[in-house]
Amino acid sequence: MKDFNGEVLFLDRSDINTDEIIPARYLTEISKEALAPHLLEDLSLEEFDAATDIAGKRAVVSRANFGCGSSREHAPWALEVNGITVVIAAGFARIFRQNMFNCGMLAIELPEAEIDRLFSRFAGKPTHLETDFDAGRLTFHSEGDSETIPFTVSDFDRALVQAGGWVEYADARY
Amino acid sequence: MGKTIAEKIFEAHAVDRPTPDTWVLRLDAVFCHEITTPVAINDLVARGKDRVFDPAKIKAVIDHVTPAKDGKTAAQGKILRQWARRHGIKDFFDIGRNGVCHALFPEKGFVRPGYTVIMGDSHTCTHGAFGAFAAGVGTTDLEVGILKGVCAFRAPATLKLNIHGSLPAGVYAKDVILSIIGRIGVNGATNKVIQFEGPAVTAMTMEERMTLCNMAIEAGATCGICPPDRTTVGYLWPFIQDEFESPEAALAEYTRFAPDPDAVYDQVIDHDISELAPQVTFGYKPDNVKPVTEMAGTPIDQVYIGSCTNGRIDDLRVAAKVLEGKQIDPNVRGIVSPATPDIFKQALAEGIIATFMAAGFCVTNPTCGACLGMSNGVLADGEVCAATTNRNFNGRMGKGGMVHLMSPATAAASAIAGAIAQSPLFKTTEGSN
Ligand code: SF4
Repeated sequence: MKDFNGEVLFLDRSDINTDEIIPARYLTEISKEALAPHLLEDLSLEEFDAATDIAGKRAVVSRANFGCGSSREHAPWALEVNGITVVIAAGFARIFRQNMFNCGMLAIELPEAEIDRLFSRFAGKPTHLETDFDAGRLTFHSEGDSETIPFTVSDFDRALVQAGGWVEYADARY
Repeated sequence: MGKTIAEKIFEAHAVDRPTPDTWVLRLDAVFCHEITTPVAINDLVARGKDRVFDPAKIKAVIDHVTPAKDGKTAAQGKILRQWARRHGIKDFFDIGRNGVCHALFPEKGFVRPGYTVIMGDSHTCTHGAFGAFAAGVGTTDLEVGILKGVCAFRAPATLKLNIHGSLPAGVYAKDVILSIIGRIGVNGATNKVIQFEGPAVTAMTMEERMTLCNMAIEAGATCGICPPDRTTVGYLWPFIQDEFESPEAALAEYTRFAPDPDAVYDQVIDHDISELAPQVTFGYKPDNVKPVTEMAGTPIDQVYIGSCTNGRIDDLRVAAKVLEGKQIDPNVRGIVSPATPDIFKQALAEGIIATFMAAGFCVTNPTCGACLGMSNGVLADGEVCAATTNRNFNGRMGKGGMVHLMSPATAAASAIAGAIAQSPLFKTTEGSN
């Protein structure tokens, strides 16, 4: 299982699409690692600078319809090779969400009100995420503040995460 | 309760149901090309899982950019070539024997009714013409397919498309599928299987059915599928004659996968083609479709005849018929890419290549070439191409370029006119649209 604990990157916008996550011009690369420097390169968002804000992050918190656009798996890979293994959002594009679990990563959907609260309490401050996968709990810590939120994933997605992704799951099982 | 073709194939191949809605299916064939497979190979190597489930069920080709045009495409070819060698994949097609995957693999008899097929390519739906469930997949699914010979799918909702009437003279399978996509939209069949049926489909050749199924993805479908019948058996007979006593025996076996009369469909659409006129796309979405008459006179810079949609021998024959004894407009660049070496040879033998060349066309080796805008006819900014391909997305054939999708007859007529033009093989009748 991957590591789901670490620093949080807040991306305050809905509909962040796969082209913003990883531009199509890098699809000709033949290794995942080659995508690393280009994550979120084309995302223009106030108070976000890809060159400085991604390093050292483990999780992304964003809003509705995250990962919409193409079905390319390069989007979760670009996150993965940067050490980001968790995306928490108010909603996901279906294929992006499944691609995340297929890669053994977490795509956690939370109600909009919870996401709003996370943004107002933690965005802009150094925030640490602690994930208790077995208990289904996310705990956010920043200086002098912390909040625990429960989450659920389906049994199948849970098994994919535990195995480390669809390749490992299928190899062990079929 | 009766079953659809896809439901029958799913039941015959199910190895697991990890959730009620998830079917893990055993695969009969995994197809590979040099654009999407190298990433999967590299990742399997990195995981210490550089294995293949069955080298005889894996078929691979270098087709998208061939011969290699630069260091990157050369590296992609090299990874696929070395992988095929190290795993003893016998059906690997390299320079001299290679052609567009979705034309080459059917021609080799690799697809049978009732098969499950995956490939890291969205137009894998083409192979549904044989009554197979064939779907394009992402890299992780491709990796699992290569490694274990299984793939997970959602329960298949089916859209049954009854095509009535018969093709008017000068109207082709391409016009039919364009009219369908224009009608149901680019999301009209999202995540569904389109089961193409009806008298018009029964009358179609396998090549025409492949054109039909090829563009199912442009309506969002996972797969297009045609019920296997005598035509299917007739096409496959050279490859299956040792397996069956007679074509009737083969038909009896394959019609196990025919849809039950009381099968339940997500949606049923009736589509009549008896009055259909040649169609063409405008704009950047494949459901932006109009009759050719409404687009006639639109200037073009290039004509491209080829691809997995319309690069087969019948397509070249029709185009050559239009081009016979004519010259293409001096301001138009004509490019034809026969889809496979066998198609190329046949076209040479029939004098079709000579007709293309006499008309002023450039004839390329079999490859995807210009279709995906990576080689052999990339458009410059602002240029317009009349193409027999399947995608008109913004930038598909080159940044800033515009692609109009049409049949080979319309493309050939447009090459002569220097602008989108009605094919002379189509005789307008009153009231047609
Ligand atoms: S011809 Fe075009 S659509 Fe067909 S497989 Fe090649 S690139 Fe894809």
